[in-house]
Amino acid sequence: MQTDTPILSIQNLRRDFKMGNETVHALRGVSFDIYNGEFVTIMGTSGSGKSTMLNILGCMDRPTSGHYILDGEHTETLKRDALAKIRRQKIGFVFQSYNLLSRTTAIENVELPLLYNPSISAAERHHRAIEALKRVGLEGRMNHLPNQLSGGQQQRVAIARALVNDPVIILADEATGNLDTRTSYEIMMIFQELNRQGKTIAFVTHEPDIATFSSRTITLRDGLVKKDVINENVQDAKEAFEALPPPETFDEE
Amino acid sequence: MNPFTLVKIAIRALLRNRMRTFLSVLGIVIGVAAVITMVAMGEGSKQSIKEQMTAMGTNAITIMPNQSRRGGVQSESTEMLEEEDIIAIREKATYINGVSPMVSVGGQAIVGNNNSPTTLSGISADYLKIRNYEIEDGVMFDDEADRMAKVCVVGQAVIRNLFGGENPIGKTIRYKNIPLKVIGTLKAKGSGDFGQDQDDVIFTPYQTVMRRFSSTTNIRQIYANSIGEGYAAKATEEIMNILKERRSWTKPTDPFRVFTQEEMIQTVTSTSDMLSLVLTAIAGISLLVGGIGIMNIMYVSVTERTKEIGLRMAIGARGKDILLQFLIESILISLLGGSIGIGIGIAASEIIKSVMNWPMSISITSVFVSFGVCCATGVFFGWYPARKASRLDPIEALRFE
Repeated sequence: MQTDTPILSIQNLRRDFKMGNETVHALRGVSFDIYNGEFVTIMGTSGSGKSTMLNILGCMDRPTSGHYILDGEHTETLKRDALAKIRRQKIGFVFQSYNLLSRTTAIENVELPLLYNPSISAAERHHRAIEALKRVGLEGRMNHLPNQLSGGQQQRVAIARALVNDPVIILADEATGNLDTRTSYEIMMIFQELNRQGKTIAFVTHEPDIATFSSRTITLRDGLVKKDVINENVQDAKEAFEALPPPETFDEE
Repeated sequence: MNPFTLVKIAIRALLRNRMRTFLSVLGIVIGVAAVITMVAMGEGSKQSIKEQMTAMGTNAITIMPNQSRRGGVQSESTEMLEEEDIIAIREKATYINGVSPMVSVGGQAIVGNNNSPTTLSGISADYLKIRNYEIEDGVMFDDEADRMAKVCVVGQAVIRNLFGGENPIGKTIRYKNIPLKVIGTLKAKGSGDFGQDQDDVIFTPYQTVMRRFSSTTNIRQIYANSIGEGYAAKATEEIMNILKERRSWTKPTDPFRVFTQEEMIQTVTSTSDMLSLVLTAIAGISLLVGGIGIMNIMYVSVTERTKEIGLRMAIGARGKDILLQFLIESILISLLGGSIGIGIGIAASEIIKSVMNWPMSISITSVFVSFGVCCATGVFFGWYPARKASRLDPIEALRFE
């Protein structure tokens, strides 16, 4: 599945923050490559630099030094607008708290990234949003508002939104953090399915069991890569889900 | 992002906070309505003053002796106007198309049992043109044919007071025991700007007054009519030269005072201009306050939607897109407020006009200007909140709770 040129390459990445007179080194020289079709989890405790890492990978922040090449493009010197363009074209975000626009239907939430791409017509936008919702199994709830959807369904809308611009990589930030175990596994099933279809995924988490569903785990500690291991024994989320004890059912009658 | 989509998003955002949107729209509505009503009020009173002045004849020029008085005693050097002056002006002046003396006698006009203290004005036929009088019925007397004739032309008030509203033509008015036959009537003009009734007049040939009533050759006033607007100054100068020439006048001071209706109108309108300016300024301040209201709301909105802004940026919105989104919201608020405000302003003007009988004149200019000011308000007061939004750091914004 891996090709010779990485889809994402970071080299000796550093990120310093000035806090008053002190300089905090959030990243102290991180290097790794992610290849097309990989499902990578990035793990680390809080303060390990994983959030900073994700922000830079997501082109929302720029490194203090080092290189970040995404899909053949150097991003470290780009201006705000150019970074926005990369986010629009190459990246799909999935957040812990879903970040759906309230009082906006599922399909409109999914269409949102395409709104900022003037070359896509309204009809195509609509069509692609429907396709994306189908891929996460929500074609029946396209016109529901976020508050009419469960947490898992909301997160699936968010995944559809991340898919709709056909990004080269999906970045997920603790995407199961707000969900119970069953729903988490359901979400992981979707991620695994997308990965099987060829999507490259970088998934930031601090839950070790989530990492077992990925093909590779990079562990950060104190701003450095502590471990970078290929997961030989990838767990199937569907099996894990089915192995869970059945949910408590309520007698409705 | 295409403009249509932007507007759609903005409308949705505004609808999400109906009450808040309504209140900020209201601020603009009040501002614009106030501007339009106040301007209509100012313009209206200005126009009605102007109309009254115009009714007296815009091109009228008044010539009076320049009486120099010292200690209450009229000095000997005072020049009086004579009939020859009128003839000279009529013949020589090129910027004048009408000239008439005004010699008047006070007394009671009597018809049967009715009497009225109407002044008898001795004029020449040109006077009608100068003062914008028109013959309604009958004829005007002729300067030559009716020289010293015992005839008169009367205004509507005289018809009411002396003839009980009946047609007076052919009937006789007795003035100081001299019978004057009514040969014409004047169309109604209404009251003048200084309160006198312009319809309470009896006109008779000036020679009749000078010979039969007052036995004098002196004329106290001459009215002339310049050939059009803008010629008043030239006409004035010309008249003065003719009058001086007739007298071989060499003294540095002018023998007569000449003033034009235009000067009068200017004096009056400059006062009412000042009034409308003050009214408009007050209304403008309320529009400004409305604009500040928009700014306030937009700041609140930006803060409240920080997370949304962060998300939009994360999925690829540029600062420019965010700026535009919020700018369109504020422009929509002000345009909506502006449109409603114009409607209410016009309605209020009409109500004041019909209920309070105040002269109102809604100027198209004020409608367009206040609409323009509205757009400008939207952009101006929406700009800073929108720029604040566009400059947010997406990471910080997403973290905002």
